Amino acid sequence: MLYREAGDFKTDYRSDQQTFPIKSERYLFWATMIVAFCIVPFFINSYWEKSVLVPLLVWSLIALGLNILTGYCGQVSLGTGGFMAVGAFACYKLMTAFPDLNIFFVVILSGVVTALVGMLFGLPSLRIKGFYLAVATLAAQFFLIWVFNKFDWFYNYSPSGQITAPPRDIFGITVTGPNAPPWATYLFCLTILFIFAWVARNLTRGRVGRSWMAIRDMDIAAEIIGVEPLRTKLSAFAVSSFYIGVGGALFFSVYLGAAEVTEAFGIDKSFLALFMVIIGGLGSILGSFLGAAFLILMPVLLKNIFVGTLGWPTDVAAHIQIMLIGGLIVLFLIVEPHGLAQLWRLTKEKLRLWPFPY
Amino acid sequence: MSPAFLNLIETTLNGLMAGVMYSLVALGFVLIFKASGIFNFAQGVMALFAALTLVGFQTGQVPFAHLINAIFGTDLHHWGPGVPTFLAILMAMAVMVLMAFLIERLVLKHLVNQEPIILFMATIGLAYFLEGMGDLMWGADIKPMNVGLPSGGSFWWEDVTREWASEGSEYYGMYIDTLDVTAALIAIALVSILTIFSQYTATGRALRAVADDHQAALSVGISLRTIWVIVWSIAGFVALVAGIMWGAKSGVQFSLSLIALKALPVLILGGFTSIPGAIVGGLIIGVGEKLAEAYIGPLVGGAIENWFAYMLALAFLLFRPQGLFGERIIERI
Repeated sequence: MLYREAGDFKTDYRSDQQTFPIKSERYLFWATMIVAFCIVPFFINSYWEKSVLVPLLVWSLIALGLNILTGYCGQVSLGTGGFMAVGAFACYKLMTAFPDLNIFFVVILSGVVTALVGMLFGLPSLRIKGFYLAVATLAAQFFLIWVFNKFDWFYNYSPSGQITAPPRDIFGITVTGPNAPPWATYLFCLTILFIFAWVARNLTRGRVGRSWMAIRDMDIAAEIIGVEPLRTKLSAFAVSSFYIGVGGALFFSVYLGAAEVTEAFGIDKSFLALFMVIIGGLGSILGSFLGAAFLILMPVLLKNIFVGTLGWPTDVAAHIQIMLIGGLIVLFLIVEPHGLAQLWRLTKEKLRLWPFPY
Repeated sequence: MSPAFLNLIETTLNGLMAGVMYSLVALGFVLIFKASGIFNFAQGVMALFAALTLVGFQTGQVPFAHLINAIFGTDLHHWGPGVPTFLAILMAMAVMVLMAFLIERLVLKHLVNQEPIILFMATIGLAYFLEGMGDLMWGADIKPMNVGLPSGGSFWWEDVTREWASEGSEYYGMYIDTLDVTAALIAIALVSILTIFSQYTATGRALRAVADDHQAALSVGISLRTIWVIVWSIAGFVALVAGIMWGAKSGVQFSLSLIALKALPVLILGGFTSIPGAIVGGLIIGVGEKLAEAYIGPLVGGAIENWFAYMLALAFLLFRPQGLFGERIIERI
């Protein structure tokens, strides 16, 4: 009753091919956007900003980037943490070297730098496949972290090895540094995420995205029908690293404010991003958001339950939390290996028929 | 011989010993990958868990003491003086077998025929689960591991090598840790036992059959599920050995689970499907890492051992994408 294509007639190709072909879905999407852009900023406080909303937005962006590489182009990467670090350090260097440059352009330029690094580390993918490639990308992870630790030019010779984001503003509103108001950081991240999600959606259903998927499904066959592996794989690495770099830049400058490379961009971040993509659904834009939401919100919820409600010591709670997250990941993979996005798809199929069985 | 040359020999020897330790971990990966096509990321955590369990039994800790104390407000910690080492090892082994059984029953059974990446992710989930569980059961503090293995430098070897140095040079002999030598001997014994087991016993032959072709193995009446329990038990056993060795070397603590990351370059170098590959790969990585740290490290500021192994493996991969001993990858459309 709620969700029907009946009566929703398409008269041209454009409207037939739109992202949300069903009217109620379109309304739902725009309603969510209005809530996110116009209502949430008025009620946001710094707890919700720091522990829920901003990490959610930033991780969604990173998951989106990894999904382009792993979900759409089929190249498993465990170097996400390293690429995030590239974005963060590029952002830091640009912020300190050009204090007058608008933070928006700083973030975009950090993405560009990361894209170049990503392409470099994507080169082995032309020769190595599958798990061998996954392990090879670990080389990127460890190497990049080592570089940022070793050469003090990257952290401006600060004795602690930490990088700290100076306050920068956009349209006169501070978005980085400790004094940024919660609504400003939130809106800044949300806007960037909105733009990039829109770009990703349209990239993946266009010519580029189709060539990625061809390579993912079977690279030899794709090569025979004329999809060039070199250009396709490297473009996937570039776009994915661009997203991850922008995510890393926001992660450092807006979310953390100060970062120490081994702690903030370790291998656990690579795994976290991969989990988001797998739990959310490989090869799905919506899946990236759902996966990020699941893995960001659940620890917060569990912590509130164990420490807040039950009053257990934090170390016991932390151990149980790791256990539960591990268990839930396994459970999810068993119940729905295609991720939350697939569950949503199935729900929509059911809704379409509801209240009738078929 | 000149001291510089003797130093080179010392570094190489130490590298070989370190390589054996890497091989021990890599072996567990290869066993599971061959038998079920699963890239088991939890191998490192299994080693940690096995070592924690062993120490827990040895010292007589109460499992889940922290959790019980948190819920009931009691003050439990130890139930007694603990059990003798040998018995504790057997009990830890029993726990690993039980774990293998549970993993097959609760996880693998439901994930048959899924894509490799899904299985890989499931083992990472498993790794998180085991990590949390190990900490919850036995506490997260660093524990010394004492199973009566010799340790410390070998004076005999130091005396022997001092004689080798040329007259008049200042050379004090080579340092070799007896624990490393013991570990190497145990690793050799382990590999020999595994080889004999897989060549000459019915179960071993069934294991190889499954590794060769799942469907063919099924059709001649080999139960895949039993085989998986056996393989995971063996991997658990290898993890226990690795856990004891690494634990005796640096104490039982969380960083023990990170040895899995040390084993990965060994794996891609040697090939996921080859036991000799795991050994040779481990030795190459061990020696390469130590030599690089000694001779290249000072040029770029040191601490390169974290990534050097990966770069070395990557360089090899560019020439042989399936690893040194891996099965040739044949692709069809």
